[in-house]
Amino acid sequence: MALLEVNEVSKDFGGVRALNFVSLEVNKGEILAIIGPNGAGKTTLVNCINKVYPFETGNIYFDGKEITRLPSYKVAALGIARTFQNIALFKGMTVLDNIMLGAHPKMKSSVLSSGIYWGLAQKREIQYREKIEEIIDFLEMEHVRKSVVGPLAYGIQKRVEFGRTLALDPRLIILDECMAGMNLEEKEDMARFILDANEELDKTIVLIEHDMGFVMDISDRVLVLEQGRKLAEGSPEEIRKNPDVIKAYLGGSADGKGPSPSKGEP
Amino acid sequence: MELTFPNILLENVKKYGDKKDAIREKDYGVWQSYSFTEYLQQVKLFALGLTALGFKRGDKMAIIGDNRPQLYWAMVATQCLGGIPVPLFQDAIEDEMHYVLDHSETKFAAAEDQEQTDKLLNLKERCPHLEYIIYDDPRGMRHYKQPFLMSFTDVQELGRKFASDHVDYFEDEIKKGKKEDLAIICYTSGTTGQPKGVMLSHENIIITARNAINEEGLNEKDDVMAYLPMAWIGDFIFSFAQAYVAGFTTNCPESTATVLADMRDIGPTYLFQPPRIWENILTEVMIKIEDADFIKRTLFHFFVDLGTRVAIRKMNHEPVSLGLRLLYRLGEFFVYGPLKDHLGLSNVRIAYTAGEAIGPEIFEFYRGLGVNLKQVYGMTESSAMVSLQRGNLIKSDTVGPPLPQVEIKITDKGEVMYRSPGVFLGYYKNPEATQETLEDGWVYSGDAGFIDKDGHLKIIDRAKDVTTLADGTIFAPKYIENKLKFCPYIKEAVAIGMDKPYVTAFINIDHGAVGNWAERRSIPYTSYTDIAQKPQVYDLIYNDVIRVNKSLAEDEQLKGAQINKYLILHKELDPDDAEITRTRKIRRRFIAEKYADLIEALYSDRDSVNVQAKVTYEDGRTTLINATLKIREVEVFS
Repeated sequence: MALLEVNEVSKDFGGVRALNFVSLEVNKGEILAIIGPNGAGKTTLVNCINKVYPFETGNIYFDGKEITRLPSYKVAALGIARTFQNIALFKGMTVLDNIMLGAHPKMKSSVLSSGIYWGLAQKREIQYREKIEEIIDFLEMEHVRKSVVGPLAYGIQKRVEFGRTLALDPRLIILDECMAGMNLEEKEDMARFILDANEELDKTIVLIEHDMGFVMDISDRVLVLEQGRKLAEGSPEEIRKNPDVIKAYLGGSADGKGPSPSKGEP
Repeated sequence: MELTFPNILLENVKKYGDKKDAIREKDYGVWQSYSFTEYLQQVKLFALGLTALGFKRGDKMAIIGDNRPQLYWAMVATQCLGGIPVPLFQDAIEDEMHYVLDHSETKFAAAEDQEQTDKLLNLKERCPHLEYIIYDDPRGMRHYKQPFLMSFTDVQELGRKFASDHVDYFEDEIKKGKKEDLAIICYTSGTTGQPKGVMLSHENIIITARNAINEEGLNEKDDVMAYLPMAWIGDFIFSFAQAYVAGFTTNCPESTATVLADMRDIGPTYLFQPPRIWENILTEVMIKIEDADFIKRTLFHFFVDLGTRVAIRKMNHEPVSLGLRLLYRLGEFFVYGPLKDHLGLSNVRIAYTAGEAIGPEIFEFYRGLGVNLKQVYGMTESSAMVSLQRGNLIKSDTVGPPLPQVEIKITDKGEVMYRSPGVFLGYYKNPEATQETLEDGWVYSGDAGFIDKDGHLKIIDRAKDVTTLADGTIFAPKYIENKLKFCPYIKEAVAIGMDKPYVTAFINIDHGAVGNWAERRSIPYTSYTDIAQKPQVYDLIYNDVIRVNKSLAEDEQLKGAQINKYLILHKELDPDDAEITRTRKIRRRFIAEKYADLIEALYSDRDSVNVQAKVTYEDGRTTLINATLKIREVEVFS
């Protein structure tokens, strides 16, 4: 059974059908990449899974449980975490605090005791501090742990967001364009962290990405969306050779040869 | 008590038990400490585990990684079993590692993490002696299934089991240790040829460490930071040997990126660093000050100048007027105190610079701030310390009087020779080199120097490097290079002049400092090669070369050694390219060969020269860089 099942989901924004009966499955332990031209509906799809948007048709199952009607905070508590395309960190808080916030759904204490930072709230925070430190160690961010997020470099902010998803200890992590705006070294670091999270921490990962080089290098399977519809699905090799995909997105000459993955975007 | 490190450890445990921290490491944001009792326990388990794996007396254990308690435990555990640690530089590339591992016939290797383990795994086939690789940080190695690869804690588990059947084995092995046994084989970085394995006994190191401790009044209340390469004899003497003999606590920072912050946490009382670290700190301070507002900058430059002047007067034992002293106090309040606090230097009572000559201006800067910086001279072959500045006689251009029990003499050719209880036992498996260097207990240091009127040793340069220009003027390249490097914009310099009509220089700009300077003046640039050739940068450097020339002109003997022309190199000199050693010493012969056409251009009429250089990246890939280097003439003073 797949970890995540999306069945025939459609989403309308007024007269625009952003998603048109899209179905997909994410298997446990894999890295799935969702690619497609801008406006294809990738972020909309993620927002539906995450329940940021309600959707018109279809249903979604996570680990056998239906989440179609659940509000977004309950979906998060079940173990789905995500990052945002434009970074949604609290710019005035430190890296440590931002990541700790990710663990919030797991720290159960009353409003009063959290407000005074006493008793159970304090104990929980100390417990979680250790977990957060492990994440900081994992993502090699010791040198910025006490820095306020706002002035930090873009690449580091993306890493902090990724750290925040890890703090939830989710089973599924959805990364929305986590490589955008990064130079080669930062991308390589991020790719390594994603692979480590997948291999060492057993996280299933869904990536929305435009950098073809990385998509081809690290994903197990690739799904292509175009204009709200699933265009193709398969291994990176299959997708690279798929003529429809090449025409719609990858680009290439009439003889059907696509660009080589290591050169990055077309 | 037989003078060995394991015995000292047992003594320390009796003295301090669990009431004092032997070593600390910052991990997960928190300082984790190990008392002497815990330290011994960790060492014992590891040692017994090694025994279970077949470690025999005389076996070698390679140590490679950043400074971590586990690696220090591995070192002393090896010594407890009568083995010999062989530390390697953590940034060593595979060929360098292969040479040392193979030459030393190392059977065991203790690696810090995946990076080092991967290098060792790649080398294992070429190193037939290597049997076991033991790692500390398991991250990234979950799927590594090799049978000869084990974690530090796995080995300790084996040790625990072994201990139950062999109750006194550990203590018995320690009793077998003698002071003449080797405590370490330290491979020197080698400015010429392959590295040589310097054999140092427990006695060599302990006596040297102890003499320095007694002279300087170091004791168990001191705190030091351990972040310099474990393969450097300086780190071994400082964070291991002296820590044992004096009983002070060693603190390992979380990562190389957090050293400064961690230093501020600990506030070490004793520091031992090579000149380049002192230079780097100065450069960073200078860059940051340029970004400060007008008042801060003015205050800074005024008081730093004042501090330097006061420090020089004090060193010369000249009187310091009341006015100056009051101003100095003000300086402490406004500038020196806050700056030292920022750099983590507030509690430093004793600071050494060692490993190479430090530029006098840099030395005076720190003394001006009130940092008790002193020069130490020595080398791996001397257990790191031959002479030590102390007491109230500190000078910026000497390395001090010899340590107790050290004898110094100067040959007719002006080479420094020394004899002391710290003198090494020989080069491992290299009797020819040993014979050339060691004679009746006297070591040919290879450095040119003399003893001045105050009994201080003064080192001019490597004997082979002190030459003359074509007209007979003395040419000591290091002296000129150090003067140039005082400038924060110059990271490295190579002075050329042997048998030539005049002196010229290759300059490496400091990417960070010059980049910062360029940004503030809205000068765009792309890469290091690009910014290095900007005319504005040439002008910037010109001013400093003039400064050096003026300074050289003041000395009769050195007037003729002023720099006539310079060029800025297109790439930084790098140990990976074999241009400098891992401890950043310039390999002159190699550079003269590699850049022969640049040198030829400097001594011709040309005002520029094309260069195509092969550059090796960290992962072994190579590429070719093309650049046109401008040659600038400089005014020479009479």
